[in-house]
Formats: sequence, C-alpha cells, structure tokens
Amino acid sequence: MVKFILRRIMMMIPQLFVLSVLIFLLAKAMPGDALTGQLANNPKMDAQTLAEMREKLGLNDPLYVQYTRWIKNLLHGDLGLSYVHQQPVTDLLAGRMWNTILLSLCILVLTYAIAVPLGVISGRWQDSWADKLIVGYSYVSFATPLFIFALIMLFLFGFKLGWFPTGGSVDIQLEEGTFDYYISKLNHLLLPSLSGALISTVGIIQYLRSEIIDTKVKDFVRTARAKGVPEAKIYSRHILRNSFLPIAAFLGYEITGLIGGSVFLESIFSYPGIGQLFLQSIMQRDYSVVTALVMISGLATLIGTLLSDIILSVVDPRIRID
Amino acid sequence: MKKTEYSPFSVLWREVVKDKLALSSLLLLSLILFIVYGASIVLDQEEIVKVDLLSIYSPPSAEHWLGTDYGGRDILGQLIIGARNSFTIGLAITLLTGLIGLTIGLIAGYFGGVIDNIIMRIIDFILILPFLMLVIVFVAIVPKYNVFTFILIMSAFLWTGKARLIRAKVLAERELDYVSASKTLGTPDWKIIVREILPNLSSIIIVNLTLNLAGNIGIESGLSYLGFGLPESTPSLGTLVSYATNPDVLQNKWWVWLPASVLILVMMLCINFIGQALKRAADARQRLG
Repeated sequence: MVKFILRRIMMMIPQLFVLSVLIFLLAKAMPGDALTGQLANNPKMDAQTLAEMREKLGLNDPLYVQYTRWIKNLLHGDLGLSYVHQQPVTDLLAGRMWNTILLSLCILVLTYAIAVPLGVISGRWQDSWADKLIVGYSYVSFATPLFIFALIMLFLFGFKLGWFPTGGSVDIQLEEGTFDYYISKLNHLLLPSLSGALISTVGIIQYLRSEIIDTKVKDFVRTARAKGVPEAKIYSRHILRNSFLPIAAFLGYEITGLIGGSVFLESIFSYPGIGQLFLQSIMQRDYSVVTALVMISGLATLIGTLLSDIILSVVDPRIRID
Repeated sequence: MKKTEYSPFSVLWREVVKDKLALSSLLLLSLILFIVYGASIVLDQEEIVKVDLLSIYSPPSAEHWLGTDYGGRDILGQLIIGARNSFTIGLAITLLTGLIGLTIGLIAGYFGGVIDNIIMRIIDFILILPFLMLVIVFVAIVPKYNVFTFILIMSAFLWTGKARLIRAKVLAERELDYVSASKTLGTPDWKIIVREILPNLSSIIIVNLTLNLAGNIGIESGLSYLGFGLPESTPSLGTLVSYATNPDVLQNKWWVWLPASVLILVMMLCINFIGQALKRAADARQRLG
C-alpha cells in the first residue's frame, strides 16, 4: 500500500515538471512583461531606464535561468506581482480562493446529497416510475450545458421569483463575523451551488444504480435475505457498503470539472472567486495573475487525481501496480 | 447468406428506429438542421449584422419575429447563422479529434510496448491539465486568431479521451484469434489495423463521436459565451446567449438570449438521445430490438 502511494507520488513529479515548463513557456509567450504595466502607470520612464530595469530583473537571462528563478519563487509562495492591481498575486488570491473553495464545497455537498438518494432509489426500485423519472432527469442533466442551466436558474429564481440574490458573495453592508453575515453568505452561495450540483449528479446516480442492480442479485444478498435480515438493513449493511467508497473517490476527479465550472458560475452569478478573477485578468492582460491561476488549478487537479487513485486503490487492490 | 442487414450500421439504425425518443430526436434534429442550413443559404449575413439604430431592442414583431438586439439586428437571423456556425464547428472538432484519437489509439493499442507507454504518458498528462483555462489562455494569446485556430486549439486537448477508449478496445481485440491468424498469414500490420480491427470498432466509434458532438457544441457555445470562442466575425449561439451578461437583457429582454439557449439545449438533447440509443445498440445486452 505504502509502496503504491509512493510510486503514485513519484509519477506525479514528471507531470508537475512538464506542467510547470508548459505554463512557464505560455507565460513567456504572453505579450508584455513585468515592466509593461509600470510603463503605462509611470510616464516618466524612458526606454533606457526600462532596458536597465529589464537587465536588473533578469528578463534578458537565458530561459532556463529564468525558469529556475520562477520555480524558486513559486516554491517560496511568491507568485509575482499583478500589473493591473500593483500588488502581490498572493494577496489578490487569498480572499477569492476562499470563496471558490467554499462554492466548490457547497457544490460537492449538494451533488452528493442529491445524487446518492436518487441513485439508491433508482437502483432499489428498478424500472418503477421513480426510477424512470430519475434516469430521465440524469439524461437531461447530462446533456445540459452548465452556463445555460445557470443562466436559466438565475433568470427564474434570481430575477423572476426573487428568491435569491442575483450576484456577489455577501451583502456589502453587513459586518464580518456577525450571524447575519454568515447567513447572507450562505444565501448567496445557494443558487450558484444548486445550479452547479443539479447537473453534475449523473455520474454518481448511474454508478450507484448499476452497482445496486448488479449487487442485489448476488449470493451474499440472497443469504442475508434468507436469514431474515430486514430489507432496509440489507441495503444499508450489505449492498451500499461496497458502493460508497468508490463514490467518495469520484471526489478527486471532480476537481477539474469544479475549476471549469467555477469560471462559468462565478461569471454568471458575479461571484468574486478565482474563476471570475481569471476571466478579468485575461481580459485586462494581467498575465502574472493568469499564470498563477493556471498553475494552481493544474496543481489542484493533480492532487485531486492523486487522492482519488489512492482511495480507489484502498477499495480495490487490483489496481495497485506493485 | 443474404442477411447483409446485420452490418454494424444496420444494427445501429434499427435501434434508433425502435427507440421512439431517439427517432423523434433524429427527426427534430434533421428538421432543425434542414431549416438552419437551408435558411442560411438564403439569408444575407451582411444584412443581418447591419446595425439599425431605429429598432434597438425591439420585442418580437411581424417584421422581426424574435425581436432585435442592442444594435437593432434581427435575432432570428443571428440565431440561424449562429446555429449553423456552432453546429459546423462542433462537427469539425468532432471529426478532427476523432481522426487523431483513432489513429493514435490504434497505433498505441496495436503495437503496445514502448510506443504505447509514451503515448499513454502524454495522454495522462493532457487529461490532468485545466482544460478550460488553458483553452482560454491559448485563445487570448494566439496571434491571428480565427475559426481554424479555434478548432485546432480545441482538438489539441479533446483527442485524448477517444485515443484512450480506442486503445483499450484494440488491446482486447488484438489478442483475438483472427488477428493472430492474419499475422501468421503474413498480412502487413497496417492492413490488419485498417481492414480487420477497424471495422470491429466502428459502432463504438460512431457512438463516441455522436456523444462527443453534443459535448463539443456545448463547449464551443460556452466558450463563445465567455467571449473566448468563435471570433466576432463568426457569430455563434453562445454569442447570442452572452448578451445575457447584461442584467437588463437577462431580466427584461428574454427574446435576445432565451431562444439561443433553448436551441443549444434542444440540439444537445437530441444528439444525446440519439447517442444513448446508439450506445445501447453497440452493447448487445441492452438492445431493444
């Protein structure tokens, strides 16, 4: 087991390296460098001082030197300076990162809260009207693009019915730390996370449904039934037990989807998170922020798949490589 | 020996016809595509994108069936042009990624060994990349950006899933007796791959391409919605939906964004229902007929 985890982490290292090189080269390919922004803010700067400063910052060094320096700074938590906001990228990210993590957590919790009961109902009462309804819902939700669904949710529940706030992450006039502040925060989270969750349930529902349908005719279930174990207990103790851990393992793989989803959700609900920051930065050509965000997202995805693989290998020894 | 009707294509076709939902989806989709492509030949794109300041945001009327946008441009016309562009480009991406994925999957699966190892490491790497963000970055920094660069950027990421699927199938297929028999007879590898293995994969490929087509239309319109999809000269359905980023339009001028949203939804649902029926057909245990 330990061997598998170690090997899996070793496999991550070349991936991390290639990822960082790719992003570094992309950053280099982006027009403008750390001084272009200052040039716009400071008209007194002339070409000569600019060239001197470039030299001093090492922007004329060979690429590999620049790359090593970039990695070194990255490892020290220094993500560079935002040209537009004129402050370290780390400061810019801190608050927004929290918002996005909060949103993603809410989406995950809601997704599981909706999908698990539906999957169980659908598998237990296979071919009933409830099952047909659930399967129909999962087909439709699979085909629905997030941005359209979110827009329609915002239109219906935000504007037409007025049940939810239509933007932001919290009411501005509320003081941080008060009870109302957290309630308002939750209220702002509800509609975006519901929009994200309702259409990402399909994987879990389908997995649970087919697992239960396969398992409920197996011998150990028949034995349990023959012993007179009540039906509810057969499901909770015998059938579902096997299916829950793999479902938990989906979690890590969901991270890619959550990051992509946050870009859409945050832009539609004007929710101040890193997805929104990413779009703003790329439009304002604030490339150091863009680079940092892509790097962080790549890292998050890597760690997510690592966690999922480890959980799955605990559940299913066959996929361990050693 | 006259039963030629059991070719993979006829099995797929029979399943679609048996499934009422898939059949009506197919009919509806054909109707939409017929109208969209037919009308876009007749329609004058210049006329549609011309700004008319006298009829800004006019609601649906006899003259403009679906009203106009902020530039007084006819929504219905834009809807038709947008649907044509979105579908055509979705299809182009699907075919291109299909071709790349198929070639690479066949090679990796058939030859195995070092080639397979290298290819799989590359695929594993691409799969962990934050796809949406990187596409947006590429779209933003590529010089001379146009429809073809967009298709290329998308395809560069999207071939991996297909390659993986095909590889797995080929790995199973090449262990079968007919392949060893062919090898013993001295048939060249490329001939075994193209003439013998490929036909056995055709139904899986068709299913995968169909489901991907729906996905690609969704991704394209989503990116166009964010402003990082098709260039402005080629309006997409997502471009129409993106007018809804203005809260006033979203709230009060439904005719600008809702028809395009519904059209994307309907097209994706139709293609998906057809794809699900095909998927059942490809798996003999689940067939209806």
